[in-house]
Amino acid sequence: MIFRVCLAVLAILTASQLQAGEIAPEQRRSAYDTMSAGTRAMQDDDMANPATLWVLDGEALWSQPAGATQKSCADCHGDAKISMKGRAARYPQFDATTGGVVDLEQQINYCRRERQKATPLAFESHELLALSAWVSLQSRGARIEASTDPAAQKAIEAGRRLFTERRGQLNLSCAQCHDDNWGRSLAGATIPQGHPNGYPLYRLEWQSLGSMRRRLRNCLSGMRAELWPQDAPEYDDLEIYLMSRASSLTMESPAVRP
Amino acid sequence: MARALINVPPRAKKGDIIEIRTLISHPMETGYRAGFNGSLIPRDIIRSFVCLYNDIEVFRAEFSPAVAANPFISFHTMATESGKLTFRWTGDKDFDVTETQEIVVE
Ligand code: HEC
Ligand code: HEC
Repeated sequence: MIFRVCLAVLAILTASQLQAGEIAPEQRRSAYDTMSAGTRAMQDDDMANPATLWVLDGEALWSQPAGATQKSCADCHGDAKISMKGRAARYPQFDATTGGVVDLEQQINYCRRERQKATPLAFESHELLALSAWVSLQSRGARIEASTDPAAQKAIEAGRRLFTERRGQLNLSCAQCHDDNWGRSLAGATIPQGHPNGYPLYRLEWQSLGSMRRRLRNCLSGMRAELWPQDAPEYDDLEIYLMSRASSLTMESPAVRP
Repeated sequence: MARALINVPPRAKKGDIIEIRTLISHPMETGYRAGFNGSLIPRDIIRSFVCLYNDIEVFRAEFSPAVAANPFISFHTMATESGKLTFRWTGDKDFDVTETQEIVVE
């Protein structure tokens, strides 16, 4: 009885955190579920998943000394399989020192700049994607938990606003496709719920690995909206909101998408 | 340098049909795409792949611009004797990568 009351209270609590139109946790689906059998087979088999080529480069970079300190990631973090386990499932995070949101790629570059005294890797460069693929791989199968950090809530709210605001020449919001019309077709593609659980991932259309940010820029230009500059805080807010919106899904990085 | 991944069963019984799979990093630039300034990006593809089993050719593939980036190849051969499998990819811009794998046949 008490158990049932608890469940009811829990249901109300969870429901109250959701806003109109948002996808309820039990309805959340990874885009994996609607992919063709062929694309799924590619993701399921590391030997056939081209992202593995980046993973292996990332593994090599992990123990390569860099910068003025000539320290490698491994010198400080040891075996990534242990030290990085589950970490990517908790990114982006709110960073108290900078007062902003930091995603995994930015955290890697922070370590490069501040701790290795090396030049940061260019956004979307092969090396940065390789390192982020290697680190993210250590979170495969980990459950995404929404950040409970009170400091992060403001960014999550800002991201939610960006997600539901209409923009661009088509006057569309992200939510109109990903909350209201997921599962339906848009030209040749099935509209996914738009979760970040597979990034960085190998997209067949890109013929390459790409970051979450690249995906966001892709959807923005699809909406014929003006792209924010590469390092704009809008992407950080959207990314941290998307992670909270994907909580309870499991990480698939590095995934494959059509 | 191009990174290649090769999957060969390390052991097999004589007469077994074995599956061999390879994946290699390569942009497979078709030669038909225009760059930002409108001029064509020159073709840069792998043109040929060969697999030798103890120096005897057991598989060959010719590639065209229609093949996707980072080509994945899967093929079968018969395990005949222990020894060395040699894989060689060659193509435009003097692309030339060779990898080897050992196999034990009992
Ligand atoms: C001089 C030591 C040092 C080096 C070199 C270094 N890091 Fe770090 N890194 C740290 C410290 C200290 C932290 C913060 C504490 C922690 O979370 O482990 C950190 C945090 C991280 C985190 C966040 C972990 C989390 O749970 O939030 C990631 C990811 C990371 N580093 C990746 C890298 C990568 C990739 C490299 C190599 C390019 C690297 N680091 C090089 C010291 C280092
Ligand atoms: C007109 C409909 C539409 C709008 C508007 C739209 N998207 Fe998308 N989005 C798609 C489609 C379709 C895909 C899948 C593309 C594919 O794989 O072919 C996608 C993919 C994604 C993905 C990747 C999901 C995965 O599993 O890899 C994310 C994340 C995403 N969108 C976020 C956004 C955000 C954030 C916005 C608003 C800035 C937005 N989208 C606006 C249609 C849309």
